Amino acid sequence: MNYRVYRKFKNYLFLALTLASALAVLAPLFMIIQFVLVQGASSLNLNFFTELPKPVGETGGGMKHAILGTIYLVLLGAAIAIPIGVTCGVYLSEFSKSKLSKTLKLTVDLMSGIPSIVIGIFAYLIVVVPLKSFSALAGGIALAIIMLPIIIKTSEEILKLVPNHIREAGLALGLPRWKVILFIVLKGSISNLLTGIILAISRAAGETAPLLFTAFGNMYLSYHINEPMASLPVQIYTYAISPFKDWQRQAWGGAFVLMVLILTMNLIARYILGKIKDKKGI
Amino acid sequence: MFKLKSKTQDALLFYILRTISLVVIALLLGIIYILIKAAWPSIVGNGLSFLLRKDWNPVEDQYGALPFIFGTVVTSLVALLIATPVSILIALFITEYLPKTFSRIISLLVEMVAAIPSIVFGLWGIFYLAPFVKSTIAPFLKTHLGFLPLFQGPSFGIGILTASLILSIMIVPTISSICRSIFELIPAHQKEASYALGSTKYEMIKLAIISPSLSGISSAVVLGLGRALGETMAVTMLIGNSPVISSSLFSPAATMASVMANEYADANTPLHVSSLCYLALLLFLITFLSNLFARTIVKSFSKG
Repeated sequence: MNYRVYRKFKNYLFLALTLASALAVLAPLFMIIQFVLVQGASSLNLNFFTELPKPVGETGGGMKHAILGTIYLVLLGAAIAIPIGVTCGVYLSEFSKSKLSKTLKLTVDLMSGIPSIVIGIFAYLIVVVPLKSFSALAGGIALAIIMLPIIIKTSEEILKLVPNHIREAGLALGLPRWKVILFIVLKGSISNLLTGIILAISRAAGETAPLLFTAFGNMYLSYHINEPMASLPVQIYTYAISPFKDWQRQAWGGAFVLMVLILTMNLIARYILGKIKDKKGI
Repeated sequence: MFKLKSKTQDALLFYILRTISLVVIALLLGIIYILIKAAWPSIVGNGLSFLLRKDWNPVEDQYGALPFIFGTVVTSLVALLIATPVSILIALFITEYLPKTFSRIISLLVEMVAAIPSIVFGLWGIFYLAPFVKSTIAPFLKTHLGFLPLFQGPSFGIGILTASLILSIMIVPTISSICRSIFELIPAHQKEASYALGSTKYEMIKLAIISPSLSGISSAVVLGLGRALGETMAVTMLIGNSPVISSSLFSPAATMASVMANEYADANTPLHVSSLCYLALLLFLITFLSNLFARTIVKSFSKG
């Protein structure tokens, strides 16, 4: 074969390979979405949202307790993680040169790499063991630790997008630095900070492993912070590995609700984030 | 109301911010401390031979972690083997081949894969991927590569291969998004220089993009490895959960994360709980070190 033809051939072969790999990545995505849509939508009805599970053998029943439980647990986690996370984000963006700042950055990076099941065990050891009961509190704390690095990182990035001349303008007007930070930098970015919070919430809402032995799950409706609490992911897990057809059907329904929730939140956050970055020209 | 000098007010905010930051750093240290403390009885009782013993038998209170270390390492490595080339290729496809609008859409779709909860991957894996592996992939591998010990023995659908496949799907977004941001850093004149010498596009990519990015790509792979090692739910649902060491990729196995997910809630002897915490500590250390490693490479890369 002519050398030039050979080089051209290699060139096209490579293009074909990149195309094939793109298809290989996107195919499972579409298959999962299609599977969840078809299987999930057919097992959804009003009862799914308004009823508690029926005992084994009886058909029907729903996942009201798990849906409400997930919302409760995620809000509990967010209530712990948001104030701490945003504060750290402010520290990292406003005092980025300090030594502590560098340590904190390293901490956040390492924390986001901890497997979520290990975080679950940590929450079990510090909450479930002393209180001697699986509890929503333990689940909330585990989710908060998962959300924390995401919130810190995104708030740092977003606050750094505030141009320095705005800070200087505030200082030039004679405002003390804390007022500049709180009322100009932070207040002006509140809606943007939401994107990081939404991303963190969407991540936490899908977590199963850390809830297995913290919030644990139950089959009834409970709002007590010191009692076990059901959540969608754990309920899906329990149902998916059960031998009952009706439960497996419900697992698909749960997966449908969870996916719609998480993908919507993700898309919204990414849309806003993309807009912010476009505006700043980054 | 009492008035503070604005300098004092500033100092006050600064100390509040600092204290909270210290709390977060303390939290990481606290996690390490609590894990060591909980694992201590098993560390003392089993010592380092814990890592090398094959027997995991809660009934007789004997614990050896080798099958789980084996399962974790093998599933993660197989997943990396599949995911790395695909991730690099898709990153190149997005940055070099696609027009801007399309590249945005495709990269958004790839990132959506990362947003899918692990439990949904597991559910899909049980009802679609595992039967598919059993009916199509395993017989195919057996007829064509059956002479290798890797592809011998019966396939039940669930097992190392299926778990690795789901893991590879899950870590592609991690690796490809880092590769993409590295490829975007390559200066345009470097590519132009390569074209000017008469390269084809493939040769340009090889010379001007891949070879200067190798260290960055390796850090992306290590970060992907970190994710694969700690991934729990999808693997737990697809690996078969039996602590055996077998040379066949079709056979069931268990990983450190999956055994924790399966046994932690019912563990009742103190040594069992403590041995699971020992595993958690090990997993924590491995992911911790791999993240630290990836971070240092990225740092030296962005400086250079």
